Amino acid sequence: MRNVVAIFEKEIKSYFKSPVAYGLLAFFALLAGFFFYFSTAFFVQRSFESQFSGRGMPMDVNEWVIRPTLMNLSVVGLFIIPMITMRLFAEEKRSGTFELLATSPVRDLEIILGKWLAAVVMYFIILLFSAINYALLFAYGKPDLKPLLVGYLGLLLQGSALLAIGTFISTTSRNQIIAGSATFAVCLLLWLLSWLTSFDAARWAQVVGYASVLTHFEPFAKGVLDSKDIVYYLTVIFFGLFLTSRSLESVRWRA
Amino acid sequence: MIKVEGMTKRYARTVAVDDISFEVQKGQIVGFLGPNGAGKTTTMRVLTCFMPPTAGTASVAGFDVLKQPIEVKRRIGYLPETPPLYPDMEVTEYLTFVARIKGLAGAELTRRVNEATERCNIGDARRKHVHKLSKGYRQRVGLAQAVLHNPDVLILDEPTAGLDPKQILETRSLIRGLAGDHTIVLSTHILPEVEQTCEQVIIISHGKLVATDSVHNLTHRLRGGETVRVQVEAREGPLTHEAVQQRIEQVAGVSRVLFRETRNGTHLFDIESLQGQVVRADVARAIVEAGWNLNELRAVSVSLEQIFLELTAADAAAARSGGVQ
Repeated sequence: MRNVVAIFEKEIKSYFKSPVAYGLLAFFALLAGFFFYFSTAFFVQRSFESQFSGRGMPMDVNEWVIRPTLMNLSVVGLFIIPMITMRLFAEEKRSGTFELLATSPVRDLEIILGKWLAAVVMYFIILLFSAINYALLFAYGKPDLKPLLVGYLGLLLQGSALLAIGTFISTTSRNQIIAGSATFAVCLLLWLLSWLTSFDAARWAQVVGYASVLTHFEPFAKGVLDSKDIVYYLTVIFFGLFLTSRSLESVRWRA
Repeated sequence: MIKVEGMTKRYARTVAVDDISFEVQKGQIVGFLGPNGAGKTTTMRVLTCFMPPTAGTASVAGFDVLKQPIEVKRRIGYLPETPPLYPDMEVTEYLTFVARIKGLAGAELTRRVNEATERCNIGDARRKHVHKLSKGYRQRVGLAQAVLHNPDVLILDEPTAGLDPKQILETRSLIRGLAGDHTIVLSTHILPEVEQTCEQVIIISHGKLVATDSVHNLTHRLRGGETVRVQVEAREGPLTHEAVQQRIEQVAGVSRVLFRETRNGTHLFDIESLQGQVVRADVARAIVEAGWNLNELRAVSVSLEQIFLELTAADAAAARSGGVQ
């Protein structure tokens, strides 16, 4: 456990020593603000229209602002995640520091957990920057808090799952760029899988669609907590970290 | 302290290390010698549990590298060929991180980090970023990292590679200074380094063990007898070197006379004696009795360089002929 903490701290520090962390924070905050602005503007416009048309229908901030922006953020995450994970192992392998970790009295699992947890926390810090926008909603209106919290939990779970996959891919290359692009390709693929369900209702399409990370995020964005989705994400996390440990072992056998 | 038995390491297509066995006693400094690509790094990587052997066993301080890797790693300090440094860390920060993953904590950790910093003379670089350090400093930080947890065994892969002559001397004396408490295995392809720092030599070539012995024994064993260099000059009149050679060859105990050169009428010979024979006196007498001047007579010691070339060349030749058959 102490080793996990040592590696975790080293990784977190190293994120903030390079410009990458600040770049990602700025990029994410900008996009989150952009989406938030348009959703809110659209919401305001529609509520004016519905008032003037005389058919005033109840409009909900959660439904009109929070849900679509959370969906947007989950897609932005796909772009950010490869940049967080690509260096985790690729950099250590290239600079030879992996040899230090591998010959220290530390278990592979401790190295993997330390690194992955650092990536998760880094991602969470980035996510928090989008919360500023929602704070404005609470300042001027009365949205429901619980669905928003569920939404963030979903973002975090989805992120953790993809970060686990990214961690695995980072062990397969000495080149960060390759690790990053491969992770991005996989993230994108896992996202696009959900499109199949909208074209085809056949059994296989449903199954493939089920594998999509986005399919499982939708309920969270609505504020619905379903054990099926939580299990899906936990499974992907476990699978990703398991592959990482296998991959590290094979790196040693082949060296 | 280190025991390797029948160790083989095969990569996808090549055999890096082929069935080698050796032992290293506690407190020794052992030179691991071989041309580039001989399998030195591979052997070290197996000993440090970086990778498992394909066949055979290796153990450090009684712990098997396959069965109890964590115990082995606790007792080993390893400096790979390129020091494993994180460029964006400060030196003390780096050493502190390494100390933590080596299992140190609290006051003990601070004490050990300071101790290693002092020992390796990097005190004035404590607050510097690693990427700003010179090659020599990096090497020393790497060494500090290896000795941090006061391991029983130090494994150093070409510790002086790429350093300037002054740094090489400093690093060597540093290694000698560490010798007392640690068993040290250092790999190199620089022979004087072994002659100067090591007590024991293990020579490998093409993944095979060629020789393992003390530096002293090795120089003796390989050339059974001694080699004597003589300079002979005529007292008067001309003198051909053939005549001199003939005369010396008649001396009992001489196995071979090599003519080197003639300089200003002085002939230079290397005389090799048979195993266990001392021929200096007889050679001197023979020359003087023949009426010539004996200008110089001295014993020539064989350098490790020659031994090394001889051993590895013989090995390569054997491998070649083996391939033909």
